[in-house]
Parts: sequence; C-alpha cells; structure tokens
Amino acid sequence: MSPLPALNDPMLPRPFRIERAWRELSDTFSLYLVPQKGAKGFAYRPGQFNMLYQFGVGEVPISISGDAAEPLKLVHTIRAVGTVTDAMAGLKRGDVIGLRGPFGTPWPVEKMAGQDVVIITGGIGLAPLRPAIYHLLANREKYGKIIILYGARTPNDILYRRELEKWRGRFDISVEVSVDRAGHDWAGNVGVVPNLISRAVFDPLHTTALICGPEIMMHYSVKALNTAGIRDKRIFVSMERNMKCATGFCGHCQYGPHFVCKDGPVFRFDKIRKIFSVREI
Amino acid sequence: MVKIKGLDRMLREHPFFEGMGADVQGIVAGCASNARYEADQIIHHEGDKADRFYLVRSGVVSIEMHVPGRKPVIMDTVHDGEVFGWSWITPPYRNSYDARAVQLTRLVVLDAKCLRKKMKKDCAMGYELLRRFIPVMAHRLTSSRLQMLDVYGSPKRGG
Ligand SMILES: Cc1cc2nc3c(=O)[nH]c(=O)nc-3n(C[C@H](O)[C@H](O)[C@H](O)COP(=O)(O)OP(=O)(O)OC[C@H]3O[C@@H](n4cnc5c(N)ncnc54)[C@H](O)[C@@H]3O)c2cc1C
Ligand code: FES
Repeated sequence: MSPLPALNDPMLPRPFRIERAWRELSDTFSLYLVPQKGAKGFAYRPGQFNMLYQFGVGEVPISISGDAAEPLKLVHTIRAVGTVTDAMAGLKRGDVIGLRGPFGTPWPVEKMAGQDVVIITGGIGLAPLRPAIYHLLANREKYGKIIILYGARTPNDILYRRELEKWRGRFDISVEVSVDRAGHDWAGNVGVVPNLISRAVFDPLHTTALICGPEIMMHYSVKALNTAGIRDKRIFVSMERNMKCATGFCGHCQYGPHFVCKDGPVFRFDKIRKIFSVREI
Repeated sequence: MVKIKGLDRMLREHPFFEGMGADVQGIVAGCASNARYEADQIIHHEGDKADRFYLVRSGVVSIEMHVPGRKPVIMDTVHDGEVFGWSWITPPYRNSYDARAVQLTRLVVLDAKCLRKKMKKDCAMGYELLRRFIPVMAHRLTSSRLQMLDVYGSPKRGG
C-alpha cells in the first residue's frame, strides 16, 4: 500500500489539474489528475470513489479507475449522462477541478487471497473494478483462477478494449466478453453477461465474486452465481445512489439502513439481499 | 450400429441429457445423427420447417434476426454443451430465426419428426424431453427480456 496519507478535511474540495484527458468511447472519457500546487496526492484502495467538483456546475461521485499501487497517477473514467458529467466531458489538459476523497468501502482484494475470483461487470461498471483487476494481476500468485466476464451493449461499446484484449492474451487468467447485439463483423459471444457465468469453470466453494454494473444485470448475475453454488457471503456488489456529502451526514445516499457513501459502495451481498430486491429503495 | 453407439455416448456426455435414463436416451439416440458445419455456414433459415433440433458438441452457433433493409443482427450465441432450435415442439413447426456456424461447429442433430412420433407413443419419454426443454426456453426468454431492457443504453437515448 502507498505511504501517501488520505486527504484531511473530507468536505473541502482540493484543486487537481487535468494532466491528460482522453476519449474511451463515444460517450465515455478518462481524466488523469495531478494535485495542483499546494495540494497533496493520497492513497486509496480499489473500489473507492472521489467526489469530483466541476466549478460552477456541480459535484459527482466517480470511482477511481487507475492503479492503486501508483496513487499519484489518479485516473477516473466517466460516462457523460447529465449536467455535471456532460460538462466534465469538455475538460482538457491544464483545466482544474475540485476533488474530495477517497471515500467508501473497497473491494476485499486481500481477503480473497487463496480463492478463485470471478469478476462480473458490464458497461461503465468495469471502471470501478479495474483497480481490483490491477491488484489481482500484480499479486497473481496469491489467487486461484481469475475469471473476468464483461458485457457491453455492442462491440463498439467495449470499455478498455485494448486492455481486455491484452488480459485475454495471458495464460493465467480467463477473460470473456459478451455483447447484447452484434453484426457479422463480431465473432465473439452475444447474449447477456450472466449467461457467461454458467460457462465459466471455478470451484464454487472457494470462489469470491465481484460484481459492478446496472442493478438489473447484478440481480441476474447473483442468481446465476447462486445457481453455480456461490453463496451470498462470497459475493460483493458495488451500489450507486445519488450523493451530496459522501461522508455519512446528509442521508442523501440512504439505502435501507445503510449509507452507500460510508457503508458502501461495495457491499457483501448477504448484508443487502433483503433490500436489493425491494423496488424504489 | 457403430454409429448409434457413438451417438449414444455423445448424448450421455452432453449436459442436456445429464441424468437421463439409459432407456430414454437409447430411444432418443435412434433419432440422432452427427453434423459438421464450417465457419459461416447456415444451419437453418427463419421460416424453414423446424424438423430438427440441435445439441452443440463443439463450436459456436449464432442466432440471428433479419430486419428488411438492414444487416442481420446476432441476438445470441450458443456454445459447447448447449442446445438450440425449439420451434420443433410447437406448431406451426417453423424456425423463428436463422442459425449460423460462427466457426467450425460439430452438432448432434435430432430429427424432430422422429422424436414427435416417439413422444406421442411414449409419454414418459415425452415428459423427460419437455422437462429438459422448458428450463432452456425459460432461460432464453429471461435473457431476451434482459437484452430488450438495453441496460447499458444511455439515459439520454432513453435506454
Ligand atoms: C459510488 C459511485 C461511483 C460512481 N462511479 C462512476 C464512475 O466511475 N464513472 C461514471 O461515469 N459514473 C460513476 N458513477 C455515477 C455518476 O456519479 C453519475 O453518473 C453522475 O452523478 C451523474 O451526474 P450528472 O449531473 O452528470 O447527471 P444528472 O443530470 O444528475 O442525471 C442525468 C440523467 O442520468 C441519470 N443518471 C444519473 N446518475 C446515473 C447513474 N449512476 N446511472 C445511470 N443513470 C444515471 C439520471 O436519472 C438522469 O436521467 C458513480 C456513482 C456512485 C454513487
Ligand atoms: S451522501 Fe450524504 S450520507 Fe451519503
């Protein structure tokens, strides 16, 4: 883990400069941030998020998508879906944004040592999981099988495509990508990502699963994992709710008895099973 | 005779027939044959008579829809150990999509007419087959609904 300290006042945005901004997909981009003079870098853990503040527009929670072993290379991958994220899509090198964090619970990467690991993700959900994947690959010998199952809308919507291809080329992990629809120029899997679970080979009694994606996709992935013999205690999901303070004070992100900003975003599934299937929570 | 024996073994090893009694399996094997499709070869077209269903031994098959004036859209891919082609169970016994081998694919083909005849005569065998087919159909239905939701669509596109 890095020796860098966490930031002090959690409510105070610190200025960070865009060192590099690049497009990942037609509606998705990444920002590499460095602390502005006077601000410090900080350590974080895979799965944690920051509140990014676009001056004059607003603040949004965004997961850190870079490598936690290199905390000074702070990367976020953002999909432009509304007011703040649309404005952020216009950021370029040299621009400055505010940042608070890191916040939230991490993926349990250390606790999974000795286990097979199945990562199930779709769409922009790969971004919050990428730091966990980096950790697993950097500590490959500590884990059993590593299986990454990723779903996207079409072949043109595959996030981090080059990296997925590189991981797929390794002999010590298995990567499967499926798209919801495709033309003849795609020779890979077509169908929803939970379908990939029944085709994957792992030891269900000694497997931990990490899931991040749209809630409905997570719902069916949990079902498929349960069918494959993985119990809720070994399944971790990352939840999203609108946020304001990100420090457990305002209640904006309340999810049943939990606050997603403080008790999550990563939850062990047995802790939220009851509320996960409740509508409008 | 040798051919039937080989098919018998293939059926036994295919997950779709897991746990099926040897007697029923033997009857089904009587309606089975082997087939091999090269990459890109069409297995059946939408609207064709649904007089076969298929077990994938190895390879990948794409399930495709054709919309007039547009390129074909792949809706699903079927892999080793899976089955496809369920229009043979219900009238009008017509395929509702195209099936194409994505790569060199080896299948066990079951003759639907032969099966339907045997199922009429032997209810226990009919029940065994339907008991296996219905979960496959239910699973496909759920998957299609999930696909229709377009869960990765942009909120701006209304998805
Ligand atoms: C812990 C956490 C981590 C996150 N990590 C990331 C990340 O790494 N990358 C990323 O791109 N996003 C991430 N998000 C989601 C991101 O915070 C929202 O997309 C953002 O707040 C939207 O703000 P906006 O002002 O741009 O859109 P708004 O103007 O608030 O919303 C515009 C439209 O988008 C819809 N919308 C809002 N939020 C979401 C959402 N999360 N998913 C789908 N539709 C939504 C709204 O219903 C509305 O229709 C994360 C959210 C949480 C809680
Ligand atoms: S955002 Fe305020 S309590 Fe979670």
